[in-house]
Amino acid sequence: MVDPVSARPAGSRRRLSLPRPIAVAVGIVAQVGLTLLGLLLVTFLIGRVVPVDPVLAAVGDRAPQAVYERVRIELGLHLPLHEQFVVYVGKVVTGDFGESVLTARPVIEDIAHVFPATLELATIGVLIGILFGIPAGVVAAVHQGRWPDQLVRVFGLVGYSVPIFWLGLVGLLLFYAHWGLVAGPGRLDIFYEGLVEPVTGLIMVDALLAGEVEIFWNAVSHLLLPAGLLGYFSLAYISRMTRSFMIDQLRQEYVTTARVKGVAEWRVIWVHALRNIQVPLITVIALSYANLLEGSVLTETVFAWPGLGQYITNSLRKADMNAVLGGTVVVGTCFIALNMVSDLLYRLLDPRAR
Amino acid sequence: MSKQFLTRAAMAAVVALASATAIARTPDDTLVMALKIDDIITLDPAEVFEFSGAEYAAQVYDRLISYDVRDVSRILPGAAESWTISDDGRTFTFKIRDGITFHSGNPLTARDAAFSLRRVVKLDQSPAFILTQLGWNADNVDGLVRALDDRTLQFTTDQSYAPTFVLYLLTAGVGSVVDEKLAMEHEVDGDLGHGWLRTNSAGSGAFKLNAWRPNESLVLDRNDDYWQGSPGFRRAFVRHIPESATQSLLLQNGDIDIARNLTPEQLAVLRGNPAYNVEASPKGAIWYLGLNTRRGPFQNIEVRNALKFLIDYDTIRDTILGGQMVVHQAFLPRGFLGALEETPYSYDPAKARELLAAAGYADGFSITMDTRNNFPVMDMAQAIQASFAEAGIELEIIPGDGSQTLTKYRARNHDIYIGRWGPDYQDPHTNADTFANNPDNSDDAGFKPLAWRNAWDIPALSRQTQAALLERDPARRAEMYLDLQREHQQVSPFVIMFQETEVIASRSDMGGMVWGPSFDDNRYWQGTKN
Repeated sequence: MVDPVSARPAGSRRRLSLPRPIAVAVGIVAQVGLTLLGLLLVTFLIGRVVPVDPVLAAVGDRAPQAVYERVRIELGLHLPLHEQFVVYVGKVVTGDFGESVLTARPVIEDIAHVFPATLELATIGVLIGILFGIPAGVVAAVHQGRWPDQLVRVFGLVGYSVPIFWLGLVGLLLFYAHWGLVAGPGRLDIFYEGLVEPVTGLIMVDALLAGEVEIFWNAVSHLLLPAGLLGYFSLAYISRMTRSFMIDQLRQEYVTTARVKGVAEWRVIWVHALRNIQVPLITVIALSYANLLEGSVLTETVFAWPGLGQYITNSLRKADMNAVLGGTVVVGTCFIALNMVSDLLYRLLDPRAR
Repeated sequence: MSKQFLTRAAMAAVVALASATAIARTPDDTLVMALKIDDIITLDPAEVFEFSGAEYAAQVYDRLISYDVRDVSRILPGAAESWTISDDGRTFTFKIRDGITFHSGNPLTARDAAFSLRRVVKLDQSPAFILTQLGWNADNVDGLVRALDDRTLQFTTDQSYAPTFVLYLLTAGVGSVVDEKLAMEHEVDGDLGHGWLRTNSAGSGAFKLNAWRPNESLVLDRNDDYWQGSPGFRRAFVRHIPESATQSLLLQNGDIDIARNLTPEQLAVLRGNPAYNVEASPKGAIWYLGLNTRRGPFQNIEVRNALKFLIDYDTIRDTILGGQMVVHQAFLPRGFLGALEETPYSYDPAKARELLAAAGYADGFSITMDTRNNFPVMDMAQAIQASFAEAGIELEIIPGDGSQTLTKYRARNHDIYIGRWGPDYQDPHTNADTFANNPDNSDDAGFKPLAWRNAWDIPALSRQTQAALLERDPARRAEMYLDLQREHQQVSPFVIMFQETEVIASRSDMGGMVWGPSFDDNRYWQGTKN
């Protein structure tokens, strides 16, 4: 392949590159900052427009008027909207996300607790999606229109169209209740709970760090079903996209050339063609991962998984705005970070983007 | 080929894993219970005002006095072993039991009891009104609530209230005795340890707090030195399982001992099975429609009464609520002093049409109802919509989230609100005060009970409610509440329909758990497994 960058005179590149890293860094910081600020603003406004009274979440329905008023002022809700926002952003910049009304703890602590639960689930989920989704998509593309293609298509369609809530319950009914193959809802069996000191918050990692192999396997057993379920959904998406990228590649002239040259068919498919869909696939995978990181409220509900999705939804329903905004920042940061990582991977994988 | 291989590999991995995990059974010395605990927002007994929070506080803290859960008219000693009331009815003196120690090891004295009551008043959180009704406020409470010595607590009220009223107030969560020394060790900026106690405990109850993970679990450990005897379980593990179908699966798989939030269909499956016990325990909460008297036809008493004949009580109870509620039409739930058990209204569309015609609404009218979009509220609302239509009333259901509908209701912006009301403490005044008392119906009133929310201006009834509060003879007092409820039933803009029953499903080897009329009365300490 031709590398257009290396064809450029070396000198001209070097002269430009000196101030560039700084400019890029400043650009990235500004971009991330602005994106997060915009995200906060929108979330903040939605939170204030929604006809839910945040004071009620804090004091309950029965509180006398005087208590209600006092808490309203404590929460800063008597200030005009723009002042509330400025006060909030001012605190966030110093790392203070405030206290959650619902858990009586700093939001940052709550998130440190719920986010690893989601991270664990999403990471295993997306790995399952990649591991099975890409080969399935490739097979479908190669056998376009024939039974393997139809099989992958139907399998994917079920993943798209069946409500995850229902699928989760059926999964529990079969794999947990009926066959006893996996552990039930929750992250650990109760006798293991609280035995491992949280270091990363990822129970599997913490268990290994503590040398508790038994707890590690218990965590895996709890994780398998929900992660498999999420993996199935990302598999459906990834295989679908892989298939269409591959079909496109297999029509290209270089594929014909390779075949004419006598390259083995598996090599043409799994090396030559697959390599060329890496870049668009990365976007697909990053998107899929980011979606899972937002937390899947329904999966988390069915599996009693104390993750980010449930946390944000619960907080939103009770108008616990500090928690909602804190969660939004985390989700936003994940999206931005994944975007940056996939940009970086483009540069590594696609010489044209360097 | 490769796909087949992968599938086989995956299957093999699953099977290997499954053999590593033994099928779980809960240990004999541990209670494992599934309960929705996402309502807990604090653990401080001076602030707790949520169902699960109240249940928590009842396990971890002792109260001065309590009542018999089978016969609430019997008031029982607690941390206070006896009490006397002065002749003028304003001074109450309690003798504190000797030999109770807090989980910290500190002895429980009258000073802790006085500190706890004052603390509730000074912190002024949501449930503080239960005590400030006695005329206490942050400035005077130090003088009015005092420990005369380590064993004697004495307090004075601003008026001569019904003694039963004062005593029942102390059986509520705000009557919990907090370890003064421990709380004050954690005081920050004069908060009396509130910040710390929101997530920690300082009690002397049957269980001590091990961990609270919000929306996840609550773990309590046995207090071996509990003065009424060491609890049967070494540990009580309350797990937040939001989905009832999941709770049901866990119970049937032996991973939990008790499921608290099952639906009627799930309970029906368990009822026939000897491996499970399904118990019903009447709770104090009642379900009602609030008719905003500022809206359209609800100014008219006949229209209000017409609606009371347009609820198909029996069908809703049998088909939707599946035995989780009983028909009840007065504002005091069964089990309260002076509760009225008469149910004069039944489903009678002809009678309703007659009343509507007399009021000038022969052709009916259109009206909206703010409705929480969850079970069983939505289901009840749909049944009501159908039966209202029988008399030409076109009901539009406005679904909303809990706090959304509540916000609207509190601002009196509803036509009809379908709601649930649980008593705040065991005295009849708690419901009389909200359903039949509205001293100031103006928009900026300081006191906004349910009568206010429905803009029901009732000077005469309000005076009767006040009189019943001061009546010192219990029999006469009960009679006054009966009269009040009868009149209320005939004229009020409240269509009171049902009283709740909590249905608890447990494995049949469970025994000794106490399920009382309020969540404060659910007790684990005598629970065991056979």
